[in-house]
Amino acid sequence: MNSSAELAVDVRNAVKRYGDFTALQQISLGIRDNEFFTLLGPSGCGKTTLLRMIAGFEDVTEGGIFLFGDEIENLPPHKRPVNTVFQNYALFPHMSVLENVGFGLEMKGSSRKEAAKRAGEMLELVQLSQFAGRKPAQLSGGQQQRVALARALAPSPKVLLLDEPLSALDLKLRKAMQIELKHIQRETGITFIFVTHDQEEALTMSDRIAVMSAGELQQLGDARAIYEKPRNMFVADFIGDTNLLEVSVDKVTNGRAECRISGNHALSCDAVDGVDVGARVHLSIRPERLLLSDQGIEGSSLKGTVAENIYIGTDITTIMDVDGGPKITVRTSNTERGNKRIFEPGSRAYVNMETGAARLLVD
Amino acid sequence: MSAKTDVRTYTGFRFMTILCLVVLYAPLIVVTVYSFNASRSLTVWEGLSLRWYAEVFVGPESAKFKQAALNSFSIALIAATLATAIATAAATAIVRGGKFRLRTPSLGLITLPIMVPEIVLAVATLIFFNSVGFTRGYMTILVAHIAFCIPFAYLPIQARMQGIEDTYEHAAMDLYATRAQAFRRILLPLMMPGIISGFLLAFIVSLDDFIITNFVKGAGVETLPTAIFGSVKQGLKPNIMAISTMLLGFSIVMVTLSYFASKRNNTQ
Ligand SMILES: Nc1ncnc2c1ncn2[C@@H]1O[C@H](COP(=O)(O)OP(=O)(O)OP(=O)(O)O)[C@@H](O)[C@H]1O
Ligand SMILES: [Mg+2]
Repeated sequence: MNSSAELAVDVRNAVKRYGDFTALQQISLGIRDNEFFTLLGPSGCGKTTLLRMIAGFEDVTEGGIFLFGDEIENLPPHKRPVNTVFQNYALFPHMSVLENVGFGLEMKGSSRKEAAKRAGEMLELVQLSQFAGRKPAQLSGGQQQRVALARALAPSPKVLLLDEPLSALDLKLRKAMQIELKHIQRETGITFIFVTHDQEEALTMSDRIAVMSAGELQQLGDARAIYEKPRNMFVADFIGDTNLLEVSVDKVTNGRAECRISGNHALSCDAVDGVDVGARVHLSIRPERLLLSDQGIEGSSLKGTVAENIYIGTDITTIMDVDGGPKITVRTSNTERGNKRIFEPGSRAYVNMETGAARLLVD
Repeated sequence: MSAKTDVRTYTGFRFMTILCLVVLYAPLIVVTVYSFNASRSLTVWEGLSLRWYAEVFVGPESAKFKQAALNSFSIALIAATLATAIATAAATAIVRGGKFRLRTPSLGLITLPIMVPEIVLAVATLIFFNSVGFTRGYMTILVAHIAFCIPFAYLPIQARMQGIEDTYEHAAMDLYATRAQAFRRILLPLMMPGIISGFLLAFIVSLDDFIITNFVKGAGVETLPTAIFGSVKQGLKPNIMAISTMLLGFSIVMVTLSYFASKRNNTQ
């Protein structure tokens, strides 16, 4: 056994093809034990496909998947110590809630009585004890979701797969369930692989996030790394709001790149690998890391005219027309602290970047 | 629907409706009513009596009818049971077996017999039995009935199964159930209304069959339809009406059961 033994799930160069359509191309992911791991990406990027391959419902076209160091390609789904919370819950409609939750244990060899006892405990964990005798159709969406969770957790799997389990819930319930899920994950110590297309949900809940797009892994890292150091345009654009500016590189010295955007504004930022003089690349700057001011800073400012202020409660979003250049969005938090002044539409102002706010993206 | 296009506003709608209902049901009503007639006459009402029902059970022809009824019901029961089992297996393979090459032809082959004229099936079945050298009798009727009941049992089962998403079986297998356990514990109970409905339909079709049975039965072996036909050839007597009424009652019960079975929801 090698170093991959510590990994709960190790996906190595996995490829999935349906006929001549490639759903997943060369995915390599190491998911650690006890980790809350999230697969994040837009609809159709292959998240469900990857989960189904781990659960055993799809075969792997090329490459391999290892569970705690063991290759699982030849194990049928019922022999994998992995349980799934399905996207549509898939609760057995003809069984009571208690029977649903006890099903996995019964199939694993527990007696009906033991299974019912443990199922009862699981229902307590998700606070649904009083619904034990009901059929799934008699529960609300949120209750069904919790039954599905209890059912998948009852047999104590080594890895729990959750396929967009919260997408059918309203915002409030969703937020509550996010906290509850995170709590259950810590409590049980089970490795969670959580699928979502909601970047905010991913940032809130995960230890680490894998961002996927069109069957490819774009970036793997914790929330902070993904948000602050996006590796490419896709990640920068998909996670949170950002200003993407097309720039040309004038000079690269001592790890700093001097860039120029249309309208002849100069900006300097940290260089990244693969950046050469003359290259046309992009800068990603988060709106909350920009400040409006009367005074500019050499190499970190853009001058322009305020086009619009949008009040969104916690923040005020200002759209700036940069002189001879693009529109840029600035977000100012709606507090009295720091004496921030509001620039009315039509007024002239500088947009100043915080140090390290601009990130160069090569592709 | 707007009042203008409502079919009820068409000229003659009421008349056509009544005409159709009369043509369909008047004979049945006449037979039912006259089976309780005290008279021997088929047309003159002479008062209420159960004498023809008594005649069926204790009259001179009672032994023949009893044997025929026994044959009919035992054949219908066995044929419907086996046909339902085969149809369930076929539906599982065709609906759940993925996209195998002969899937569409299989589906066609299984349901085609419903559309083939029964007389053709009857002749073909007879020729088949002759060519393999089966002696005609109870067994040939049974085998023929199993065969032609399969499509009738198949259709409601398939319809039910298509409405069941395969994520339930996936969920079961994800929870450590083998394929067989997933079938028995999940798919089968969910399919049950379709299976019951298919069984009842097959049972009725078998009980009612005349043409094929008449071709493949041996001398001396009768089912109710062939026995009734034989009896009628010697002259119409009210005891036939009594038998027919009893069969009618039985069919109504079965069809009603079948209806409720298909509507039954074991998920509430
Ligand atoms: N059985 C199949 N045959 C052919 N293509 C498939 C099959 N299953 C999935 N795909 C394709 O693979 C791609 C990935 O699908 P997948 O279901 O994994 O997406 P997803 O990321 O889960 O999307 P969503 O967020 O909408 O659930 C899609 O383009 C889909 O059309
Ligand atoms: Mg999906």
